[in-house]
Amino acid sequence: MNTSLSWMKAYVPDLDVTAQEYMDAMTLSGSKVEGFEKLDADLEKIVVGQIDKIEKHPDADKLVVCQVNVGTGEDIQIVTGAPNVREGQKVPVVLDGGRVAGGHDGKKTPGGIKIKKGKLRGVPSNGMMCSIEELGSNTDMYPEAPEEGIYIFGDDVTVGESAISALGLDDVVFEYEITSNRVDCFGVLGLAREAAATFGKEFKPPVVTATGNDEDVNDYVKVTVQDTELCPRYCARVVKNIKIAPSPKWMQRRLAAQGIRPINNIVDITNYVMEEYGQPMHAYDLDLIAGREIVVRRAEKGEKFITLDGQERTMDDSVLMICDGKKAVGVAGIMGGENSMITDNVQTMLFEAACFDGTNIRLSSKKIGLRTDASSKFEKGLDPNNAIEAINRACQLIEELGAGEVVGGVVDVYGKVKEGRRIPFDAQKVNALLGTDIAKETMIGYFKKIELDYDDEKDEVVVPSWRQDLECLADMAEEVARFYGYDNIPTSLPSGEATTGKLSFKLKVEALARDTAEFCGFSQSMNYSFESPKVFDKLLIPQDDEMRKTVVISNPLGEDFSIMRTISLNGMLTSLATNYNRRNKNVRLYELGNIYLPKQVPVTELPEERMQFTLGMYGDGDFYTMKGVIEEFFDKAGLHGKETYDPAAGKPFLHPGRQANVIYDGQIVGYLGEIHPQVADNYELKERVYVAVVDMPVIVSLASFERKYEGIARFPAVSRDISMVMPKEILVGEVEKVFDAKGGQYLEGYELFDIYEGTQIKSGFKSVAYSLTFRAKDKTLEEADYAPAMNKILKALEEMGIELRK
Amino acid sequence: MIAPGRVFRSDEVDATHSPSFHQIEGLVIDKNITFADLKGTLAEFAKELFGEETKVKFRPHHFPFTEPSAEVDVTCFKCGGKGCRFCKGSGWIEILGCGMVHPRVLKMSGIDPEEYTGFAFGVGLERIALLKYEIDDMRLLYENDDRFLKQF
Repeated sequence: MNTSLSWMKAYVPDLDVTAQEYMDAMTLSGSKVEGFEKLDADLEKIVVGQIDKIEKHPDADKLVVCQVNVGTGEDIQIVTGAPNVREGQKVPVVLDGGRVAGGHDGKKTPGGIKIKKGKLRGVPSNGMMCSIEELGSNTDMYPEAPEEGIYIFGDDVTVGESAISALGLDDVVFEYEITSNRVDCFGVLGLAREAAATFGKEFKPPVVTATGNDEDVNDYVKVTVQDTELCPRYCARVVKNIKIAPSPKWMQRRLAAQGIRPINNIVDITNYVMEEYGQPMHAYDLDLIAGREIVVRRAEKGEKFITLDGQERTMDDSVLMICDGKKAVGVAGIMGGENSMITDNVQTMLFEAACFDGTNIRLSSKKIGLRTDASSKFEKGLDPNNAIEAINRACQLIEELGAGEVVGGVVDVYGKVKEGRRIPFDAQKVNALLGTDIAKETMIGYFKKIELDYDDEKDEVVVPSWRQDLECLADMAEEVARFYGYDNIPTSLPSGEATTGKLSFKLKVEALARDTAEFCGFSQSMNYSFESPKVFDKLLIPQDDEMRKTVVISNPLGEDFSIMRTISLNGMLTSLATNYNRRNKNVRLYELGNIYLPKQVPVTELPEERMQFTLGMYGDGDFYTMKGVIEEFFDKAGLHGKETYDPAAGKPFLHPGRQANVIYDGQIVGYLGEIHPQVADNYELKERVYVAVVDMPVIVSLASFERKYEGIARFPAVSRDISMVMPKEILVGEVEKVFDAKGGQYLEGYELFDIYEGTQIKSGFKSVAYSLTFRAKDKTLEEADYAPAMNKILKALEEMGIELRK
Repeated sequence: MIAPGRVFRSDEVDATHSPSFHQIEGLVIDKNITFADLKGTLAEFAKELFGEETKVKFRPHHFPFTEPSAEVDVTCFKCGGKGCRFCKGSGWIEILGCGMVHPRVLKMSGIDPEEYTGFAFGVGLERIALLKYEIDDMRLLYENDDRFLKQF
């Protein structure tokens, strides 16, 4: 929404503020001004001049030398190449040292262009006559200006006066961000009411006088509303003997400042009233309305209709149509039809000002793919009481402008009359909510400024129907607050019993995951929850896999954002690929983010959201590094039992021989492995990539931060190393099972300290070395204490086909 | 209570928009909670986040779930409020939305609005991060370039 300062001043005549003051104060009282444009910011020293004499330039065919009266008593000489200048014309003249906004081509120059005295082909020129483009506007907004050449004034200007004022360019246009609840502020009048209240000035809305001849509009047109839900009010008036002409300059200027192109008096009045009252209107050629009858009904399913932009559109049966006795003539609240539009030959016209259901207009506008100025206003849900005001105002302007003869009376189909509300008021409660101490009289004073009445007897605020947003006492508190000034409300801290905040258990475990990952050199990454269904192919996931059952976005931003992820790896691999592609070395990333698992497809209820702790890396480190990070995390999370690894994880995206499910307490809690070479290739990763995914909900259910002191061993430990050569298929996990089973009461722990496959070992075998620690709580161990256990271990290992190296 | 989380919106990806971002919601419900408390709390929050000299400005706004509602600006931490390119000359930067919890919301949650009041605020995490660390493109947050991540 835009308004010009001059239009605003038409209703708040005493408004006397700078643009900046206006912007600041209006924003603080709740009508947010996003910015403003001073139309004359780059215009300086430009006056109305009259060309007294034109002579040929002695040295240039395309130039002429003009003597121009600029009201200073003595003509100044200006050389111009403009083709349209004639003696006697009044034109805008930039004097020496002045500025214009841009060039003939309509391109503006920041800061403007300075005009100085000079010589053109040897002849002195002391200024410049300008085109509308040089003045920063265009022929759309100034339709009387020539397509090419100097702007020519009419006779209504005086030589020597400011050309900037004469053109209405001494104005400021404000751009607002109006919140959706303030429907009344989508019109200049609503904002003027706010401005008057904000600055404590008088609000003077236009006085709408009675209009119309002594005929009866009901003899001209009949209106039937079939769907009163979708059209609570329909007002119609008729204008005959229409004389299409340009609208007056003042109206053109006001529309131009709103960014609306002046067309002719009828179209301009319609637009003017829409801007002024926030009530869209439509004009039909009554002679094209079959049977002179209007029927408001829903469209037939599949009904085709050509809107006045010449486009054929297909309706469905939820779209409301304006029809005549035979056919549709407009899409209600969105756009009229080509078949009934006003042309220059119009004789008699039907004015429509109606009120439509906001939600229906919004949905219809989406369905037929057409959003207009009108629909964007209607979709907010307009006040039906405003419609009658607006149509009468339009007819008043028709009469004032001599655009036609208004027929007496209004056809007004209005079912249930919308009444204002009454809100019980309690000043003390308002103060309690705001933390203020404002007198009740002051509050009532604020209300009166914005035309909210106060009923003393009942202690109720009487709210007019245009303030549909005011419903309860909290709403009244906001009205008080914004005129008292949010800035004037004191600041305090909550006075209640203070509680100390802490993280939930789930968040604590997540924080631990973060700390562990970062401690191990992994940086936190973030990936989108939206993905393309193509990622499943990239990850070699079979067609019938559960993972392919996803939550599908109904209005996606594109295929790449069309489903909710059911696996976290695509994001991780994409991020690693980005790094690889940028030649970053040794990259380690992790992410804590949800996957979204639908309970049913198609989705009938909210999906299950599972937090995944995903780690990925390439460069330094390998499978065991990743395993180490997982074990570190489990250990810190209080999973002190032993996790095991099942190589038969069956993950298609992982290397078949280098993957494992992580199992804890009999449950699969995650998986890790090297990315399948084909998948790595799909992501254009030319290094070995290791990933791990931990399912956080399970970890959270197993985690514990409870600790118990177990005493510190007072006797020394004995350490024995075992070095083995074993077939590759034997997993160290199986070896560790032997330690656990045969280690006896003194085995305190063991640690894998070397693993090797290569040239020094026969093929198909690997060398593995462990360090075993034995300790007793109550004595120093002798060899005899631990030797039996050690022997049992060695024997069991040999039985598995493991070669012991001495 | 404070509730951070990932939220989604139908916005194309560009330097200042993302279809997926993070929102931190704060909520206080108690007897005698006032708009003045909201102002005081958020003024402290702004100082902690952007420095001791930071001032806040509350502007009326509309959210369906709070009443009265406000948007909050902080003095530009680059120029201290004098106006610079960073704050587009205004000296202020918008950082969050807030308000007093709408009585209907309290009622729907089984809390008697006659007895209890509360305030709520919501901060866009990415927006704050962009401002605080002077990151000129939101896409950097989702690219996960190691050289970017290592700076924090």
